[in-house]
Amino acid sequence: MAKQISVFLENKVGRLAHVTRVLGEAGINIRALSIADTSDFGILRLIVNDPAKAYQVLKDARFTVSETEVIAVQVPDSPGGLASVLEQMTEQELSIEYLYAFLGTRGDDALVIFKVEDIAKARKIFNEKGIKFLDESTLYKL
Amino acid sequence: MTYWDKEKECMPREYLEKLQLRRLQETVYRAYAFVPAYKEKMEQVGVKPEDIRSIEDIKLLPFTTKQDLRDNYPFGLFAVPMSDVVRIHSSSGTTGKPTVVGYTSKDIDSWAELMARALYSAGASRYSVIQNSYGYGLFTGGLGAHYGAEKIGASVIPTSGGNTRRQIMLMQDFGSSILTCTPSYALFMYEVMREMGIKPSDLKLKAGVFGAEPWSENMRREIENKLEIDAYDIYGLSEIVGPGVAIECNVKNGLHIAEDHFIPEIIDPETCAVMPEGEAGELVLTTITKEALPMIRYRTRDLSTLNLATCDCGRTHARMRKVLGRSDDMVIIRGVNVFPSMVESVLLNIPGVEPHYLLVVDRRDNLDELEVHVEVSEQVFSDEVRKMENLGLQIGRELESALGIAVKVRLVEHKTIERSEGKAKRVIDKRNI
Repeated sequence: MAKQISVFLENKVGRLAHVTRVLGEAGINIRALSIADTSDFGILRLIVNDPAKAYQVLKDARFTVSETEVIAVQVPDSPGGLASVLEQMTEQELSIEYLYAFLGTRGDDALVIFKVEDIAKARKIFNEKGIKFLDESTLYKL
Repeated sequence: MTYWDKEKECMPREYLEKLQLRRLQETVYRAYAFVPAYKEKMEQVGVKPEDIRSIEDIKLLPFTTKQDLRDNYPFGLFAVPMSDVVRIHSSSGTTGKPTVVGYTSKDIDSWAELMARALYSAGASRYSVIQNSYGYGLFTGGLGAHYGAEKIGASVIPTSGGNTRRQIMLMQDFGSSILTCTPSYALFMYEVMREMGIKPSDLKLKAGVFGAEPWSENMRREIENKLEIDAYDIYGLSEIVGPGVAIECNVKNGLHIAEDHFIPEIIDPETCAVMPEGEAGELVLTTITKEALPMIRYRTRDLSTLNLATCDCGRTHARMRKVLGRSDDMVIIRGVNVFPSMVESVLLNIPGVEPHYLLVVDRRDNLDELEVHVEVSEQVFSDEVRKMENLGLQIGRELESALGIAVKVRLVEHKTIERSEGKAKRVIDKRNI
């Protein structure tokens, strides 16, 4: 399990620079990120080394921000690695809202951040199928 | 120079004022006797109908506002029994209660006379084919213009608004010579004409009578050049009667207020003091012939000036300058009155949405557009795009059903809309009108 920081951003010049500057000045390191955008706004999703602090500094800087539960899955870093994880999730009818790659690796594995509809179900299935995922403290320290 | 009713329209002011006084006294007596709300308001300021001895005494009477209409919803200000009311119209008003207006059969006839005068002033006659593209229905524009056109004996095409290509086809096939609609719709029609490959010279259109929304001299020039017609400004509001309260003549230097039916005043919107002739302020109108719904010193919220000098056209009725703006924050979008407070009440009904918003009005391709900026609070923020887009769509749908016009919603960051200690700025109007 892991905490993702989500930030609402209008499509305006300099907003992304501002968020990252605020985090940088607070000594927060970004480990993974993705942006979902529409014509009017974007949603920035971040995995950082200190989510609680990131949440607070962004809130203090008057951003609209929330914490979201996501899951960091270890995926074999070889062709077809992600496909086999996704196939098993599909078989088990586990809906994925979105996913994006983590910057670092874990041993030989790549890391992918998943936002799923039912996180408890995801854990159960991953345990049953032997799909590895990281606990929070390990992830933030990577 | 031709007039629909020369005796009234060119009446020397001395006689006009005598007529006004007699009609004002009658109106005040009737309002006092038959409308408890008027009686109460007059008693509060200690005025009795017999105190009105000259036109200047109108100043003694209390003002009436839109709020009075709402407070007495629906028929509380009517001065006649419902059996004498033959027509009811209503504003598009949407927060809480709309404003409701009623007419006796004599009121309908006076209104038709006023509209006949207005159309005649714009060059209409019994030989005209008048295409009436004001909306028919609860809105006063459609039926108001219709009755006036029939009164003249012109041939009326009651197209109402919308279905523009068909309108233009009919305009060409039926040989419409006068168009009545909002000025922005006239320009929109021109764009559609071009798409259809129809030139103004293919049409018989000579003049247009445009109103129900504010428009500038620049817009007049644009309409006149593009459609190759004479464009006349018409003024009215449903609370007073509907369109036909004032109309431009061919001099196009102010709109003649039908002073045998209405007494105009200009006040300072802050102090409510009556301003001298020529000074700018809020237009206040008193009806002096209306039976069903007399309006005493109704605050229109429209900003203008008055000119009492006899016009080059020969008419003696006071001219009001083209409306310069509003003394409240109402905006008129495609003929629909929109108050920021309506937007606020819609937003407050959506859980988690805070009432921090801004209305941005713009005119694109000659059509007014309303964009509403709404702040995203933490309660409604989601990390999923789909949910955020659905929120925008939901707000848009609810605003559209409340306001009756298309709305684009833009979600903006929390605390980016200016907060103000006093009156928050809720509207940005980019239309330059």
